[in-house]
Amino acid sequence: MKKITPQNIQVNNLSVNYGNIKAIKDISFNFRTSEITTLIGSNGAGKTTTLKALMGLLPSAGTVSVNDTRIEKLTVAGRISRGITLCPEGRGIFPNLTVHDNLMLGAYLNKNSAEIKHLLEEQLTFFPKLAERIKQIAGTLSGGEQQMLAISRALMSQPEFLLLDEPSLGLAPVIIDQIFSKFEDLKKQGLGLLIVEQNAILALEISDRAYVLETGTLTLSGTGAELLHDPRVIDAYLS
Amino acid sequence: MQEFLQHTLNGLSTGSIYALVALGYTMVYGILQMINFAHSEIYMLGAFAVYYVARFFGLNTPSTLNFIIGLLSAIVACGLVGFAVERFAYKPLRKTDKLNVLITAIGVSILFQFGGQIIFGADPKSFPDLIENTELFNFLEIPFNVVDLLIYGVTFASLIALTYLVNYTQRGRAMRAVSTKPDAAKLMGINNDSIISFTFVVGSVLAGIGAFLVATKYPKIDPMMGARIGMGAFVAAVFGGIGNLPGAVLGGYLLGLGECYLIGYGASTFREALSFFILILILLVKPNGLLGKTAKEKI
Ligand SMILES: Nc1ncnc2c1ncn2[C@@H]1O[C@H](COP(=O)(O)OP(=O)(O)OP(=O)(O)O)[C@@H](O)[C@H]1O
Ligand SMILES: [Mg+2]
Repeated sequence: MKKITPQNIQVNNLSVNYGNIKAIKDISFNFRTSEITTLIGSNGAGKTTTLKALMGLLPSAGTVSVNDTRIEKLTVAGRISRGITLCPEGRGIFPNLTVHDNLMLGAYLNKNSAEIKHLLEEQLTFFPKLAERIKQIAGTLSGGEQQMLAISRALMSQPEFLLLDEPSLGLAPVIIDQIFSKFEDLKKQGLGLLIVEQNAILALEISDRAYVLETGTLTLSGTGAELLHDPRVIDAYLS
Repeated sequence: MQEFLQHTLNGLSTGSIYALVALGYTMVYGILQMINFAHSEIYMLGAFAVYYVARFFGLNTPSTLNFIIGLLSAIVACGLVGFAVERFAYKPLRKTDKLNVLITAIGVSILFQFGGQIIFGADPKSFPDLIENTELFNFLEIPFNVVDLLIYGVTFASLIALTYLVNYTQRGRAMRAVSTKPDAAKLMGINNDSIISFTFVVGSVLAGIGAFLVATKYPKIDPMMGARIGMGAFVAAVFGGIGNLPGAVLGGYLLGLGECYLIGYGASTFREALSFFILILILLVKPNGLLGKTAKEKI
């Protein structure tokens, strides 16, 4: 495991438009390494848009800094090299490639094949399920296995910040528990996780920091425990 | 029996060329879901590149070195043309309707055919003699010539190299990733444009190898030579399942064998009809081709 130094991502006045539609309006927030940060909000609030903008997949206004380095001008590849990786909504695995090839692509920007081999071994220890299925075509994995593959593939790029878009979507509760306990392991290893979740209770329970997004604007923030007990959050998302 | 073996060998030789050219159609289809109609003209330009390189450097004596220089000239020329066609004709249209790219591809193809007739002349040219076509050995009274063995050998080596590239390298994995899920591929840090460009170059290089081998065996080249082989190679790609690499190779060899049996057993008038027949049959019976899986809109 690579040693991760403490870092903070500061997002200031982020805005994203789809044509005339203002999907994200001037939001500012931060998240750090060794913490789990959650972004909750109802359908269409702009959660996916926020993550895509952070990853450089969409044109956006505003600034994004890692510690004091501005990164909002970097390409997707530049941001991956800077330690930020997105595990997208719907997992984005390559269904006709094997588990092995999916994982290898996670390390696409890494040109050191010895290091890639080592990372792969590390991932197969972290997700033993994937080791059993290493030669299998990814599209034939169960939903839970596919989600593990997507997370594991993202980790192959050795991120310091892992952005996760609805990692629990469509999974059985027991699998969700397994995956969320992996998130806590990653946090202990020093990664910073930014998780977008519909499953608000679960996400808030493990969060150090949380934000509520409503139609493109951040309306609430606090620790996970604070939001978990906030009547407005309970009304809107937890009941 | 002896006769049958001879036709089979001819079929394998013709099929090798179809396979090499069909791979280019199928690779581009796999990554962009478009038929690169200019592919057969890239093939033709490969043969002319060798012709002019040989003329310029006065290569006219058969030797291993000259053969290799000729092969490399075809590879480099086709790679460059494939790169340029993608970069300047197709890439600017990437975000528009696919029909635009398709029409452009037909346009590029016509441009090269007629441009070729104007610049190179429509008359067939004699391809330089870069390797001596001696009989190497005789097996069951079938002569094995240098050129035929080179066709089998070079094709086989190319297929092995392509298999290795696509299946066992990061670039090959990236090619497969971009062709199935371009959005997810970007999240790996893959530069989709450069992978698309690379795919064109690889497909064009294979066409160049094919053109060089054909011109070495049948040393007359003309600007319409691509159009003649292109139809068969395209059918081979559809036959095997367009977008599927092993399918293109299988389709190429089956078509090559089929044509050579027809010719061999006195039905050579039907040679040209065979590819159309296969095309119609496959579209009616198994539109996804022999090895194709997904049903997608095809053009
Ligand atoms: N490509 C697009 N073009 C136009 N509008 C879009 C596009 N993508 C998203 N939107 C709009 O932007 C808004 C935010 O969408 P986004 O996908 O970010 O929401 P979300 O919070 O992730 O929702 P969900 O919980 O359903 O995933 C929505 O109103 C959506 O309709
Ligand atoms: Mg979303």
